[in-house]
Amino acid sequence: MAYLMIFFPLVMALIALLIPSNRLRPWLLPLTAVGYSALTAFVLTHPALMKSSRWLILDPPGQIVLLAVGTLFLFCAFYTVGYLQYRQERSNRVFCGCLLGFLGIMSIIVWSHHLGLMWVAIEASTLVTAPLIYFNHTQRSIEATWKYLIIGSVGIALALLGTFFLAYASLQAGLETSLTLEGLLQNAPLLSKPWLRGAFILLLVGYGTKMGLAPMHTWKPEVYGEVPGVVGAIFAGGVTSCAFLAILRIYQISLAAGEYAYISRLLLIIGFFSMIVAALFMVNQRDFKRLLAYSSVEHMGILAIGLGIGGPALFGTLLHVITNGLTKGVLFLSSGNIHRAYGSKTTDLVSGAMRLLPWSGTLFLAGFIAITGSPPFGPFISEFSILTGAFTSGRFVTAALFLVLLLLVFIGMGATVLKVVQGRVPANVATTSYRDGWLTVAPVVILMGMVLLIGLYIPAPLSTLIKDAAGFLEGRP
Amino acid sequence: MNYLLSTVLVTLLMLNLFALGSSRILTVTRVVAFQGILLGIIPLLMHPHLTLPVIVMVIVTITIKGVVIPAVIIHALRDVQIKREVKPLIGFLPSIIVGSVATAFALLFARQLPLAAQHYSTLLVPTSIATVLIGFIILITRYKAISQVIGYLMLENGIFLFSMLLVEAMPLIVELGVMLDLFVGIFIASIIINHINQSFSSMDTRLLVSLKE
Repeated sequence: MAYLMIFFPLVMALIALLIPSNRLRPWLLPLTAVGYSALTAFVLTHPALMKSSRWLILDPPGQIVLLAVGTLFLFCAFYTVGYLQYRQERSNRVFCGCLLGFLGIMSIIVWSHHLGLMWVAIEASTLVTAPLIYFNHTQRSIEATWKYLIIGSVGIALALLGTFFLAYASLQAGLETSLTLEGLLQNAPLLSKPWLRGAFILLLVGYGTKMGLAPMHTWKPEVYGEVPGVVGAIFAGGVTSCAFLAILRIYQISLAAGEYAYISRLLLIIGFFSMIVAALFMVNQRDFKRLLAYSSVEHMGILAIGLGIGGPALFGTLLHVITNGLTKGVLFLSSGNIHRAYGSKTTDLVSGAMRLLPWSGTLFLAGFIAITGSPPFGPFISEFSILTGAFTSGRFVTAALFLVLLLLVFIGMGATVLKVVQGRVPANVATTSYRDGWLTVAPVVILMGMVLLIGLYIPAPLSTLIKDAAGFLEGRP
Repeated sequence: MNYLLSTVLVTLLMLNLFALGSSRILTVTRVVAFQGILLGIIPLLMHPHLTLPVIVMVIVTITIKGVVIPAVIIHALRDVQIKREVKPLIGFLPSIIVGSVATAFALLFARQLPLAAQHYSTLLVPTSIATVLIGFIILITRYKAISQVIGYLMLENGIFLFSMLLVEAMPLIVELGVMLDLFVGIFIASIIINHINQSFSSMDTRLLVSLKE
């Protein structure tokens, strides 16, 4: 089953590269995404299929990431068809091929139980997404691609060194060296402590670069600022979630080794630092796409804080992977529409989006309300649950700081978002011919509906899955 | 056998410093290519009994790191008509000194590390750390995009060296995957370098500042 989920999108990517018609090619995306979703649904309901080989196992945390990224990809795929209809002047061959390739590589990441294989797949995901940034072929997009490639590759190289340290931790303790998750978990209490701690730091820095945790986040505003909205959604909800899964693996191993106190401190420091940096840079941010980049940095920080608190906060953290992914989809796709209609992305030239684009403007505003953790949307539930976790485990200072930062972000982000959606369309700005269409709005509306649904009621199978995953991480059967 | 291994490792350390001191990008590329070939030979010196995976790894390493990647870089160099790194952040002589200090630090630091008993006598760990550090120095202090790629390659060489200690943990297929990623990464980077050169008429990464806050 794993092989099918890996090779189906990859074969479709090859087909996309071969199809000559620029108009028909994008339709491969929804076709593949629907097939892929069917495969996902099938495998999630058939636990017997979840073990393909010794290295490819779909465990509960993997299922959560698969669900989050798969769902986001499905709606982005339909949106892309609509988006590319406006961009017929440019060949979308590489664009479609790379998007499909990313889906296949994401499958390897979620199935992989061998940390070496996981590294290979995450580095491959860096490479396959780099050409997506370059779609517009402007000077600014070259600059963004270069920064992403260099910073991402160096970060990931450190993660490789961390992976080797982890293997050395078992070699030095005289154990059989193995990089499979099972092997490492089994021997975790016996692993050499200094090497394990070194490995944790390197892996946190390495995969943290990919997630965009501060201070390794510098590529994020450049990239998110320059890419088409749909690519931003795939990055903020997909690529980062995959990197987070890699951090979950080393987190689980460190917990099993009894290193909770050590890693918790590191995660809290880096998490709060990310939130602070994001909150500071959001203030007076005139570029609304860069604003979303800092929002992504903030939410990666929230995930790290959730892990740092651990125990009772794990449910909220894992739920936040899903809610953040879906809400980022709403924000990036709707902001892409606004950008296209105005031909600009600074608040100097963009205002009154709700008048010009009633649907996209409203969705952008709703996405903002959701992502900052206001009820009744999904992120409210997950952030509230992390907060409750902090109180339950007696971390009052952590909880207070978390609340203050959330408030700061709300104010900083709100100022820019309201400027974009409210008011009148500036008379001196020549808007483009783009107006909301079916394909560029309906997927976003459905995503927003899902964000609202999770906020009102978490379906029972989903909450069971998240509870299983939290138990799995803590080593409870 | 061990004597030969030490000779190879000391050569690697010297090549690191040589790369730091040279302004000609072509020379630095050749140095890194030579490092790649030496890295390919190391498994032969460490394992008295040749097995199929070891032989495959030796051949693949020498081909990719020693021949293919340098060829891609030299090709990119020819396209963009660039020969020298002008005025790095730290001059060439000072960067050799910084590199020597980094090497000395790596040698001292490796002694403090809790290594497995059989690894105390070899220079493998300090050479690996020194190469990673020097890769970083090049990456940070050079402005030409292509020099940064070479710095990244050196960093990767250092990490590769560390993996020599862990033959059992990294199965052949994963090692090959790492190699493939590296190759594709350099390939994409060389394409982007070409585009940078076309649209900025230069490869100087200091020009890439339009996205600053």
